[in-house]
Amino acid sequence: MFELLGISSQALFGQLLIGLINGAFYAMLSLGLAVIFGMLNIINFCHGALYMIGAFVAWMLLNYLGIGYWWALILSPIATGLVGVLIERFMLSRLRDLDHLYGLLLTFGLALIFEGIFRQKFGSSGLPYRIPPELTGGTNLGFMFLPNYRAWVIAFSLVVCLGTWYAIEHTRLGSYLRAATENPALVQAFGINVSRMITLTYGFGVALAAIAGVLAAPIYQVNPLMGSNIIIVVFAVVVIGGMGSILGSIVTGFTLGIAEGLTKVFYPEASSTVIFVIMAIVLLIRPTGLFGRGT
Amino acid sequence: MTLIKKLAVATAFMGAMAAPAFAQYSGPPIKLGVLSDMSGLYADLAGPGSVVAAKLAIEDFGAAAKGMKVDVIGGDHQNKADVGASIARQWYDQDGVDVILDVPNSAVALAVNDITKEKNKVFLNSGAATSDLTGPKCTPNTIHWAYDTWMLANGTGKAMVKQGGDSWFFLTADYAFGYALERDTMEVVKKEGGKVLGGVRVPLNNQDFSSFLLQAQASKAKVIGLANAGGDTTNSIKGAAEFGITQAGQKLAGLLVDINDVHGLGLQVAQGLTFTDAWYWDTNDDTRKFAARFAAQNGGKYPGKIHAGVYSSVIHYLKAVEAVKSKADGAAIVKKMKEMPTDDSVMGKGEVRQDGRKTHPVYLVEVKKPSESKKPWDYYKVLTTIPASEAFRPLKEGNCPLVN
Repeated sequence: MFELLGISSQALFGQLLIGLINGAFYAMLSLGLAVIFGMLNIINFCHGALYMIGAFVAWMLLNYLGIGYWWALILSPIATGLVGVLIERFMLSRLRDLDHLYGLLLTFGLALIFEGIFRQKFGSSGLPYRIPPELTGGTNLGFMFLPNYRAWVIAFSLVVCLGTWYAIEHTRLGSYLRAATENPALVQAFGINVSRMITLTYGFGVALAAIAGVLAAPIYQVNPLMGSNIIIVVFAVVVIGGMGSILGSIVTGFTLGIAEGLTKVFYPEASSTVIFVIMAIVLLIRPTGLFGRGT
Repeated sequence: MTLIKKLAVATAFMGAMAAPAFAQYSGPPIKLGVLSDMSGLYADLAGPGSVVAAKLAIEDFGAAAKGMKVDVIGGDHQNKADVGASIARQWYDQDGVDVILDVPNSAVALAVNDITKEKNKVFLNSGAATSDLTGPKCTPNTIHWAYDTWMLANGTGKAMVKQGGDSWFFLTADYAFGYALERDTMEVVKKEGGKVLGGVRVPLNNQDFSSFLLQAQASKAKVIGLANAGGDTTNSIKGAAEFGITQAGQKLAGLLVDINDVHGLGLQVAQGLTFTDAWYWDTNDDTRKFAARFAAQNGGKYPGKIHAGVYSSVIHYLKAVEAVKSKADGAAIVKKMKEMPTDDSVMGKGEVRQDGRKTHPVYLVEVKKPSESKKPWDYYKVLTTIPASEAFRPLKEGNCPLVN
């Protein structure tokens, strides 16, 4: 085995793989943000809180109703997506013609309220959620021990990310969505209910956050603070990828996960800041982000 | 009897009636400030529960019956030293706070330690761990109550090395507390004949420890020392279980584990973990009674060592104020607190040393298996009780300027 800067290839491959796992969460979350920003022009600051709610719904399904992980993976995004639909219908839709800033403030306020409620009810230490029995254990890859559950997270999030990208860029429904962003009045004139489409898009973006939440539940503590811990990084990912760029957020999510993973090997103290350094550099060189189209 | 005589007798009689009141504190109301992490990763270990503990202490001291008015306020330092320092200044300068309690997070505690000395108030720390508060940074105005890094390191470090864990790798929280805990543990490990193979400094409030755990695994150390706390510790322990690190034979030493962490992890994951704790609710009838009252006011969550420390320190403080009969001179009250032995129903008997260290017996515990836990929060098996004289750093070794 070779060595690179004093780090064995074993350790390096392990770290790359872990970076990829974390990148999967960044990608899932930033994808939802990008979809919402692309279609609604809203910077959804409560995305982290909705991710947390997704995880809590899974926990509640298990502990109050005895419904396990696999059903939670379907039910929690639906339930959380419905919350999103309500938020859009009753609050965000009223701000549609105002400056972005109002949407940002509203969603930021909602995030604080959601987190406060859950912290009041469940405390800040988090609650345990077990890995589903089908996915316990792991595989020894030679250079590292890969827990089956983490492998599942990578695979599943890749499928979800690419599926979303395909649906928006290559299907008829996706083309309606993209058209409605460009010129809502014209699309409305073709007999498509643009208002409903926007509401459902928001609900879908929120459901993506909830899927990430359910995936995260067995890995981290189900914790009221889990959203605020990750959301800032996810925003950086979206900015680096280019606001509103679907593919950009997926690719950037995975790439930054790896960049962060490598920093953890070479200079751990900087691992919580490296993404922001990259963000600053990208903003200086390409203000619209790596995949963003200039406006 | 002349009128004069009658009046004199009446006056004497009234004086006698009022005498007990004169023997007690009758000054202005006392104000306690619980400066804590009210919303972040340490909020369950200390936080709002510490306010509950302070209120229970005031109630049990019988302040109202003695005519003493004692108020409690809470503040959120958000784990930022600058935020904590400005709250402390405002409390002392404008809000009339006499004592600051709790203060989890060593960085904030060190800042409050300096301000308290400058203002000649009282700082009763239960939340922060750094042993520097009774070492080089000790002041005549600070008492360190429940636990500290030296105590944790000594209890857990010794026990692990004795079980054969003689090579260590550290995952250390990247700030004052982590450094102190790592340093104190390293000393114990080396003294007991073990060696330290390496370590990583991890930013506070890290989500994913798997990367660092793999580094620890690659080091082939027998013991991975977790010099972190709260959510960081629970995430490390979960990660180690998931990545098969503990199954592969490496042992985890949780250097600061609180009962709330065990609750958050669940016994399934936490079982078998050995660590040192300064207090356990299920020790005797008094502690059980306290825990029940506390839980009723704290959303069902049981008290940990920090809450017990806040309770015990408030009782002792109020006794000292009663004895000094004034709350004005912070250093004088702390001096009184050092002279009087501590005694309360929750932490039992103990003493406050010259360097400001409060001493009491501590416990080496093992987390129970799910099958062994018979009631809510029944989590610990006490392996050894370490007597107060051995549990804390010897007075001479701390380099505290107050010790001559």
